[in-house]
Amino acid sequence: KYYYAFNILKIELYEMGWNLKDGLRECLVAAAPYGGPIALLKGHYRRSPSARPQLEIYSSSGLPLASFPWKSGVVKQLGWTVSDDLLCVQEDGTVLVYDLWGGFKRHFSMGNEVSQSQVLETKIFHSPYGTGVAILTGALRFTLATNIDDIKLRRLPEVPGLQEAPSCWAVLTQDRQSKVLVANGSQLFILDNTACTPVTPPGLSPQASSIVHMCVSFSYKYLALLTDSGHVWMGTSNLKEKLSEVDTKIKTPPKQMAWCRRPKSQQPSAVVMWDGLLIVVGECKETIQYHLDDDSVLVPELDGVRIISGTHHELLQEVPGACEEIFKIASMAPGALLLEAHKEYEKESQKADEYLREIKEQSLLSEAVRQCVEAAGHEHEPETQKTLLRAASFGKCFLSNFPPEQFVSMCRDLRVLNAVRDYTVGIPLTHTQFKQMTVQVLIDRLVYRKLYPLAIEVCRYLKTPEYQGVSRVLKHWACYKVQQKEESDEVIAKAVSVKLADAAGISYSEIATKAYESGRTELAIKLLEFEPRSGEQVPLLLKMKKSPLALSKAIESGDTDLVYTVVMYLKNELNRGDFFMMLRNQPVALSLYKQFCKHQEQDTLKDLFNQDDDHEELGNFYVKASYKDQRLEARVALLQSAVDEYYKAKNDFSAKTTEDEMRLLRFQRKLEEEKDEQLVGFSLQDTMTTLLSVGLHKHAEQLYKDFRVPDKRFWWLKLKALAEKEDWEELEKFGKTKKSPIGYLPFVEVCIKHHNKYEAKKYVSKVTPEQKVKAHLAVGDMEGAAEAAIERRNESEISTVLSRCSATTDHLLMERLNRAKATAVKK
Amino acid sequence: MASHLFCGRVNLNILREAARKDLREFLDKCSGSKAIVWDEYLTGPFGLIAQYSLLKEHEVEKMFTLKGGRIPSAAVKNIVFFVRPRLELMDIIAENVASEDKLKPREFHILFVPRRSLLCEQRLKEKGVLNSFTNIDEYILDLIPYDGDLLSMESESSFRVRQSLNECYLENDQTSLYHAAKGLMTLQALYGTIPQIFAFHVANMMLRMKREFAGSHTQILPVFDTLLLLDRNVDLLTPLATQLTYEGLIDEIYGITNGYVKLPPEKFAQKKQGEGGKDLPTEPKKLQLNSAEELYAEIRDKNFNAVGAALSKKAKIISAAFEERHNAKTVGEIKQFVSQLPHMQAARGSLANHTSIAELIKDITISEDFFDSLTVEQEFMTGVDTDKVSTYIEDCIAQKDPLIKILRLVCMQSVCNNGLKQKVLDYYKKEILQTYGYKHILTLKNLEKVGLLKPQSTMRNNYPTIRKTLKLWMEDANEQNPNDISYVYSGYAPLSVRLTQVLARPGWRSIEEVLKILPGPHFEERQQVPTGLHKKRQPGENRTTLVFFLGGVTYAEIAALRFLSHMEDSGTEYIIATTKLINGTSWIKSLMDNPEENLP
Repeated sequence: KYYYAFNILKIELYEMGWNLKDGLRECLVAAAPYGGPIALLKGHYRRSPSARPQLEIYSSSGLPLASFPWKSGVVKQLGWTVSDDLLCVQEDGTVLVYDLWGGFKRHFSMGNEVSQSQVLETKIFHSPYGTGVAILTGALRFTLATNIDDIKLRRLPEVPGLQEAPSCWAVLTQDRQSKVLVANGSQLFILDNTACTPVTPPGLSPQASSIVHMCVSFSYKYLALLTDSGHVWMGTSNLKEKLSEVDTKIKTPPKQMAWCRRPKSQQPSAVVMWDGLLIVVGECKETIQYHLDDDSVLVPELDGVRIISGTHHELLQEVPGACEEIFKIASMAPGALLLEAHKEYEKESQKADEYLREIKEQSLLSEAVRQCVEAAGHEHEPETQKTLLRAASFGKCFLSNFPPEQFVSMCRDLRVLNAVRDYTVGIPLTHTQFKQMTVQVLIDRLVYRKLYPLAIEVCRYLKTPEYQGVSRVLKHWACYKVQQKEESDEVIAKAVSVKLADAAGISYSEIATKAYESGRTELAIKLLEFEPRSGEQVPLLLKMKKSPLALSKAIESGDTDLVYTVVMYLKNELNRGDFFMMLRNQPVALSLYKQFCKHQEQDTLKDLFNQDDDHEELGNFYVKASYKDQRLEARVALLQSAVDEYYKAKNDFSAKTTEDEMRLLRFQRKLEEEKDEQLVGFSLQDTMTTLLSVGLHKHAEQLYKDFRVPDKRFWWLKLKALAEKEDWEELEKFGKTKKSPIGYLPFVEVCIKHHNKYEAKKYVSKVTPEQKVKAHLAVGDMEGAAEAAIERRNESEISTVLSRCSATTDHLLMERLNRAKATAVKK
Repeated sequence: MASHLFCGRVNLNILREAARKDLREFLDKCSGSKAIVWDEYLTGPFGLIAQYSLLKEHEVEKMFTLKGGRIPSAAVKNIVFFVRPRLELMDIIAENVASEDKLKPREFHILFVPRRSLLCEQRLKEKGVLNSFTNIDEYILDLIPYDGDLLSMESESSFRVRQSLNECYLENDQTSLYHAAKGLMTLQALYGTIPQIFAFHVANMMLRMKREFAGSHTQILPVFDTLLLLDRNVDLLTPLATQLTYEGLIDEIYGITNGYVKLPPEKFAQKKQGEGGKDLPTEPKKLQLNSAEELYAEIRDKNFNAVGAALSKKAKIISAAFEERHNAKTVGEIKQFVSQLPHMQAARGSLANHTSIAELIKDITISEDFFDSLTVEQEFMTGVDTDKVSTYIEDCIAQKDPLIKILRLVCMQSVCNNGLKQKVLDYYKKEILQTYGYKHILTLKNLEKVGLLKPQSTMRNNYPTIRKTLKLWMEDANEQNPNDISYVYSGYAPLSVRLTQVLARPGWRSIEEVLKILPGPHFEERQQVPTGLHKKRQPGENRTTLVFFLGGVTYAEIAALRFLSHMEDSGTEYIIATTKLINGTSWIKSLMDNPEENLP
């Protein structure tokens, strides 16, 4: 089963399902990494103008996916994108993109310069930024696009001294930038955006006069160069370090060369292919040679190289550490012993115990279990996987507290891997590749291949969260389903809703969009009905010109912004009357639009209020407007409009106060003109204050009467205004006009506030008995306060006075108060 | 630093970290050096998520405030606008972009907070600048962690723009409600689906959330057991009352914004020997207030009358701790003492600050004005003379006290009387218009629209029933060692919190009569939690309830909920979320409409 020789093993993945008469001869071949599909352009090298080449797409196991005659221009290169789309680069620099099923998706150009000087050679490469295309033009210049989904063409600098096509070149990704490595004879250059830098690989054999082939590892970390002397130089791609150099002893140029290396592996090894011969070179002088019966293609992978021929599909790999430890002849590694122990146990032999004991004595049992699990992951044969996993499970029984996760997830992973490796599916992923690729991407690939049931099985089995797993698969299924022209809208809508009913987080709007894009508006509307998030429905409904529905859905969603979007759309679409009518039926939209108008379109706002006969709001509108005008006549006119509206709204209070305001404004203006006092815009109160302060008592009195200002407020006002002016005489007169409605304590306090104790004292006697104490205290008359308090026999008042007395000066008073307090308390 | 976010039962720092991660990701999308142009409103809330150092790490070299004209020159590769989705801001951005130097173009990006808006993008398109932007993204910042148990959306005037079934909302705009629902979704994505939801008055939001949640089950063990959605409309009274907790009073008097307060500097002057004659600082003193500060955490929720005692106790402890140094004899003891020194010094600084703040507040609380106004508030709340014109309010108007004070009192009287007699209402309105100016007519209309002011309908006043059933007035509120939430208003137990308390025990079924009187329907929903995520409660383990105040919450209400959390045998711990932190003044202010503003 194994062909061991310095740790390289070759296993057969598939016997190809296709039936190619001439094998891969005369075919342009491209196979996608991660066990992806294979594209063949048959008859490509025949170049007879009569026969059209045929483009065929197969799974990795050779099952046909698509086939059609090639009708476009001359293809220079085929290649796959990271998302399994096929790129066909034509001579004129046009790149055509096809899906896995041969469906044309789009095309793009690599620029004028390329189409003028034609494509000489091209390479398709992958980087963290996506799939890129590099082109060497007939003018011997390189043009590069790093990501075909976001094309930014870069023309690289010229290579000095380049007269004809370089002997070989490759694309590198270094320091977050794609660069080209070019060999011109024995010279080597690195081309980046700005410069062409000559480089020398350290320790390259001096016999070489030309570099004839080169390849970069999957990770872009390593570089292999093949010279015309037949030496393979291997080193790091930054050309800082040489790893080894091996003489292949073959001087003819090879067909293909590729790295064959596992991530983190210590040993470099590369594969070179000639017609009928494959040589693996590594660290030592010896090489391994394989004979090839048939024309073959090398497909570099993350952890090895696949070899596709007309009949077979094989994987060449460095033997994983764990497998080597276990399966090496006479291995004493813990994993090997555990496997032996389990074998003996199955045979019911006591030797099982001996082996186990041996492992346990070195306390390596957990290591043994770990080895077996890891090795199982690398095995392709389910029987071997099972044997190893059983051994691991057996070993686990003798361990306490061994974490089960590794074992459990490996069992799960392998089950999924075995399923997708199946001939009918044809995705020969290794465990390492699977881990790198992630479950998400694997599910995407299955979906892309329309393997919906398998994808759902995988999701369920791996317990992928529903909205990332099953729901996503179902959505893709539905999007595919709605494009099937032969079925009726009803049938499809029903089928979709039945299948998707229980699935969580389905975006029906996406499915509906697909339906709409394939010209099925009715179906799209039916499908949108299932969308629970109404907001999601709106953009599509607008696109389909179903604006009333879009508006009500937007409102349902509660998303104001969405409602606004629809409203603005309608505003542009409809005439004003229809637009207003539609808003009228949607109060939420209407009030939002009103708010918009408040800030943006005042006049429209008025029209809207008018349409609704909303007199109250119209009134408010005019009030606001009145403040925006400087001219008094205009202001008064606007207020008059407000008054009319308020009356219509039966809001008498608002109407009356507005009329008052008009009256006040006119009064203020008149007085401004007569007395040259600034008054317009003041409140009634402030107007009266101003008038009193400048001595216009009559006018103030007039306002007081005209506007029926309550006595209390007017008295306060006048009191304060006169005190402010320190017009004590006038104040005294005012105090005597009639009985004060606010009492006389305010008189006392206001005088004190203006530091006039003399005036204050005049009013103390007029204060009501309840406020006497306070009044006396205010003017600082302790005796008086004490007198009043004692007379009223009020305990708390007595206490207040007491607290204000000072022990040194009011000694006698305090005694009196204390006595009075005692009697007051008794009562 | 965000240590205050860890201290609660639910680690709200997860939310902050998630927000920070999003921010970093966006900044890295715009590779190279960058300048941020800020919508000024956002700088406060962002400060709670990320300091300048984080921005700097991601190559933010300059910051500008968004304004018209050209963006100041700065040798950066990118210009990033951090803005709210508002049309008027789009116009400014368009102006900025259009006047950019064509010879040295910089890359433009927009980050919409909290959500991107098609409407705004449309406006940019109309202005012909939409294609100038390399990245247009949204930064979902709905609920910002303010403290270990407090989340706020800090949306602008959220009460004003709330829409609901009840007609008493000012604008028929549900934006803020929509954001609240989205915020709850974010919360549930991080903290698991909340199994049980109670709501008051917010039916459509409930339905919406339920639909949106369908299909996005998280695989996270639910952290919250219950969500209670409380619409401010259910309890209009509480925010009107003057808060009497320490933090509440700081907010009432000086206003706390985004966790900071600005105070008059006089009392904070450093009195050091030898420089006695130095000038007093003139810049206001800015202090951060959160539970990361040990002393503040201790006293913030106390009734102000209990703060003095707490401070002097703390002073004794600190000076005793400093005295320890005399007892430190051995090298080891001295070393230990020294190691505690930074902590002790911080404590002493904190004590000095709070002593100063307490003095500032005391100056106000002992004033006659404060006392009189509080007395009237308490009379209203106990139902004394709520049907007559209050002489106190009359006098205040005559003295032309601040309008907001008047409005707070009048609204309170109206709420406590379930509306005022038409004559009384018109009298107040006329007094206000004559004294403060006719322009306030629109403000009065707004207050009527939201139901804070209303004429009495034929229905009898049911406030006394609510007060009695829910025990909203406790005669003997203990301010020093409280045994009931009423301590936060020295007698009045906030209605909103009382409802929360009753819900936890004995349940709303016991007060069905009152629930019928309160505005809007109440209901209960259950959300499916994936099997396997059902919580197994340890005996004695408390339940966790998230109380979401739509339309704002006051610090006193928060204090009351914290009191419930800490009460022995309460069995429930509360996390508080809100659309905005408010007090009566800021609340009324958000409802005011001044036509003289924004004149062209």
